[in-house]
Amino acid sequence: MKPIIIRKNIINACRHIRGTSAHYGGTLSCVEILIALYDYVLNWSDSEIRDRFILSKGHGALALYCVLKEKGILTQADLDAFEADGTCYFAHAKRNIDKGIEFSGGSLSLGFSYAVGVALACKDKANHIYVLLGDGECDEGLVWEAAMAAANYHLGNLTIIIDHNELQSDGYVKDVMDTYSLMDKFAAFGWDAVEVDGHDIGALVRALNGGVERINHIGGDKPRCIIAKTIKGKGVSFMENNPKWHHGLLTEEQYKQAMAELEGVYGK
Amino acid sequence: MANNARIYSRLGQSGAIFGMAVNDLAEHYPIKVVSADMSVVAGLERFKSAHLEDFYNVGIAEQNMIGVAAGLADEGYKTIAVAQACFVTMRSFEQVRQYMGYMQCPVILVGISSGFALTQFGNTHYALEDLSLMRGIPGLIVLSPADATEAVQCMKWAIQSNQPCYIRLSGGGNNPMVYKNEVEWDIHKIAVLREGEDSTIFSTGSMVYVAQQVAERLVEHGLSLHVVNVHTIAPLDKDGILSQVKGHTIFTLEEHNITGGLGSAVCECVAESDIQAHVIRLGVKDSFMNRVGGYNWLLEQNRLTPELIVEDVLKNV
Repeated sequence: MKPIIIRKNIINACRHIRGTSAHYGGTLSCVEILIALYDYVLNWSDSEIRDRFILSKGHGALALYCVLKEKGILTQADLDAFEADGTCYFAHAKRNIDKGIEFSGGSLSLGFSYAVGVALACKDKANHIYVLLGDGECDEGLVWEAAMAAANYHLGNLTIIIDHNELQSDGYVKDVMDTYSLMDKFAAFGWDAVEVDGHDIGALVRALNGGVERINHIGGDKPRCIIAKTIKGKGVSFMENNPKWHHGLLTEEQYKQAMAELEGVYGK
Repeated sequence: MANNARIYSRLGQSGAIFGMAVNDLAEHYPIKVVSADMSVVAGLERFKSAHLEDFYNVGIAEQNMIGVAAGLADEGYKTIAVAQACFVTMRSFEQVRQYMGYMQCPVILVGISSGFALTQFGNTHYALEDLSLMRGIPGLIVLSPADATEAVQCMKWAIQSNQPCYIRLSGGGNNPMVYKNEVEWDIHKIAVLREGEDSTIFSTGSMVYVAQQVAERLVEHGLSLHVVNVHTIAPLDKDGILSQVKGHTIFTLEEHNITGGLGSAVCECVAESDIQAHVIRLGVKDSFMNRVGGYNWLLEQNRLTPELIVEDVLKNV
């Protein structure tokens, strides 16, 4: 999958419903993370022993829909239905396992806690559980209840990825509620924590597969946290690092500029 | 089937479920039990020693308890989550709504020590709003057993059903017996325990036994009270309720706030019907307690003892 296709589809998704905004910033930031998972890591074809991907930062749903479309699970018609009256494509994805959606996201931190239960149930199976969280999401107390439990139960089959774009709804994470070092926090909770460039697919894949190899071949039993350093709104200059584009509405002019910039950044 | 009613009664609702029934059910079903540091109080010692790998204590973290239970339940385990009724329904309300309501994860959520059971601990530990909260969640089954035998029946039904449900347990050990045997039991049907003509009292949980005592005492006053056990608060057996209305004034009785629980549910049901009936809600009088006291004292303060209920019934009929 090419990041530009996903990003252009994200920008395109709301065109059909005039006047409706979308979560542009946090979907554009997690594109490479999803590509790394779906192209190189997840075994999602076999429903019996499939790996689980749980989108805990539910507002990233549009990015997930666009990736599932490229994987042939969703169709262009599904994407065109995004947020449209009477369709099943909520801004925060609703569980639909046939469509590759494992979890009903939206209420932050609930995907992580749920994933701890799934990982406990799958502890003796060959699959792996992946969860994507936002850095602002880590304000929620339940994140830390879940983190404590995952280490306590030695869930080496659980990997979380934090989309560390350093912004949340009201502004910079460091200004709203400074999380300081998420690496240190997860390490202190008994996790194996690493930091990578969240827009470098190769680095993400190495970090993600490193976790699995470690579990299968070295016998480690710590859950793994991958802190993916990303840029909120990645690829569109006026959205990058701008909290206003957490959830926003594109004018026609802005739409054209966004598409032109994406073409310029990534080439045709 | 062996009649365990007396043993169940001695153990109480939670002790009967977790000390006995769950151990037997674990022979036939893949059961997991998750608790938030309340396994000893719940009576889980025997289950824990026999099924160590099937028990998880997530620590004092009720919200995560529900999330972990939801994940286990979706992977095919019959999963029971248990801690105090006040915390599992209030601190974890959103988790129950999301996982068990919206996502329909078939968790069996058990709230122990509901109502005033934790007496001197005070208001933080009372669960007097839990029925109101739980019945407001679409798709969640809400069970409120009258005694330990019925509590075991609720758990057996829940294990077999694979539907998300909340089981509200009241009282400690020596739970008064309403049922002398395990009776034929239908979750969708209210149970008439005593036939009467002058008025109906719809009761639930710990107050079913009290309602029976009230009916007995009213005989001396020449009043014939129809006693109904509403063990399932949601979905409510509306046709059953309407078919058992006797007289012009009926009563609801619960160890729960009068707002939002059984009383409100019966009012909604009657108000939407063609039946003309005056409903008197007997329960906790919509206020927190400002003084500490034991169980009977707390019931007296809220006019929930048999003597005081008899007075209130006679005043209103």
